[in-house]
Amino acid sequence: MRSERGQRAPRALSLAAIAGLLFLHVPLLLIFLYAFTTEEKSYQFPPPGLTLKWFGAAWERQDIWNALWLSVKVASIATAVALVLGTCAAAAVSRARFFGRDYISLLFILPIALPGIITGIALRSAFNIMDFDFSFWTIVLGHATFCIVVVYNNALARFRRTAGSLIEASMDLGADGFQTFRYVVLPNIGSALLAGGMLAFALSFDEVIVTTFTAGQQATLPIWMLTELIRPRQRPVTNVVAIFVIAVTFIPILFAYYLTRDGEHVAGGGK
Amino acid sequence: MTDTAAGTVHDRRGGLLRRISDTLFRRPHLLLTLLIAPPLLWLGIVYLGSLLALLAQSFFSIDEFSGMVKREFTLSTYAELLNLANVDVILRSLVMAVAVTLAAALIAFPIAYYAARYARGRWKAFFYLAVMLPLWSSYLVRVYAWKLILAKEGIITWLADKLYLTWALDAILAIPVIGGPSLSISYIGTFLVFLYVWLPYMILPTQAALERVPANLLEASADLGAVPRQTFWTVIFPLALPGLIAGSIFTFSLTLGDYIIPQIVGTSTYFLGQAVYTLQGTAGNIPLAAAFTVVPIVIMGIYLSIAKRMGAFDAL
Repeated sequence: MRSERGQRAPRALSLAAIAGLLFLHVPLLLIFLYAFTTEEKSYQFPPPGLTLKWFGAAWERQDIWNALWLSVKVASIATAVALVLGTCAAAAVSRARFFGRDYISLLFILPIALPGIITGIALRSAFNIMDFDFSFWTIVLGHATFCIVVVYNNALARFRRTAGSLIEASMDLGADGFQTFRYVVLPNIGSALLAGGMLAFALSFDEVIVTTFTAGQQATLPIWMLTELIRPRQRPVTNVVAIFVIAVTFIPILFAYYLTRDGEHVAGGGK
Repeated sequence: MTDTAAGTVHDRRGGLLRRISDTLFRRPHLLLTLLIAPPLLWLGIVYLGSLLALLAQSFFSIDEFSGMVKREFTLSTYAELLNLANVDVILRSLVMAVAVTLAAALIAFPIAYYAARYARGRWKAFFYLAVMLPLWSSYLVRVYAWKLILAKEGIITWLADKLYLTWALDAILAIPVIGGPSLSISYIGTFLVFLYVWLPYMILPTQAALERVPANLLEASADLGAVPRQTFWTVIFPLALPGLIAGSIFTFSLTLGDYIIPQIVGTSTYFLGQAVYTLQGTAGNIPLAAAFTVVPIVIMGIYLSIAKRMGAFDAL
């Protein structure tokens, strides 16, 4: 809708929209404030005093570094798997109509449409039945499963916008399938894949529900945080980590946005 | 396309790659199969396989004396699911999911509407990022933020005190059932956190649906004499509805299955997710846990088929 250029929104609508955005953002700001509080035992507001010492305290906690490193490794591998599988699926679904196509696209969104706890417990009991030990790889397996859909959504949207005639033209000009993929398809879908990959990374980096079921003794960063929420040790240190996590997820979102902003939406919402 | 790339394309390659490429070109079905097989196998085996194995276990039962799983077909686990206490858990989760979904739709619509119809240029980007940032920032961080806010010594109590509204806060907490000793130990608290955490999932599809309403339809509506209110209810809203339903799939499903939020903010009574988590964990009763997971699967199955019929999948 581009007709009402210059038309002002009704005041009630503007107020409701602004109030809604405040509701979304004020809680995040409070996280920042509490990272500087001198009060360690409770969530007293306003903070009795401000200090920077928690940043140093967080820096020296080895358990945080371990959790961070594990999260980065898991997210990288899960994203790589999701990129390959998601792109294949999107290419197939976009290029042809075939029997059961609707069911296949349903299957791809199922891991995010069904509650995460179902994915988690299903995987856990399957690992148990097959006598798999819970390890780094069981976490990756779980994460890749729900990351596929993010890549799939992004790639599918781009495939649909890419004219099939381009591919035919490339073939007519004598390129073989691989050359067409390399010089025509990939440049067209590249930024969508990058965006999908970054979102998948952010999604995996943040995942906690499936991870609680598929992790053994290892703690990813979200698992570390969950433990701190249930049994707090140094509350403000949790805030410092929270700020770090917000910063880390903000950058890929910004990037993904700039990569896909020309008339389509990133991911269309969705863990 | 640059010159170098064009040059490469003209080079005719021989050999194996070319032959593979030709075969794939001549048999599009083979190419299709090669593309779809890996993701399908992954999801089919890892995901569907696990899911079916889990469902199968719901037809087993647990031996009351040894605590071991008896691998014989029985429906007794499902009978147990219909216990008053278990039905209570299911109903509580359903009511919460419905309440959260309705509230999310109510708050999301003005934001989505403003972003789709009035925000331009920089503002549009701002709105989009303002919704995306909370969506993609850590789930736990956002839950944690509310633990800070709702705590008895936290900002809400302080604000109520400064505004001389402590009586109002006390009155809200005194409401039977949904109230409690403090906001962080009440259903109101749980509801607020659910609403906050899932709200962006409602905004994005709604906004996408609103953006797709063609401008000429609105002009046509006005030309035919409709006042803005009529245009809204007869043209815009019906076209935005698939978006709202698509969003509700997320808010509903996510609320139904979450077990972390009610564990951190809320009363000691169980929601569906917590029940499943405890049953498979400390209680070790996998069959009943499996039977419990069938409930959200069935509910979401019904929900998704209705949503599909109303065109919500195109709005995703």
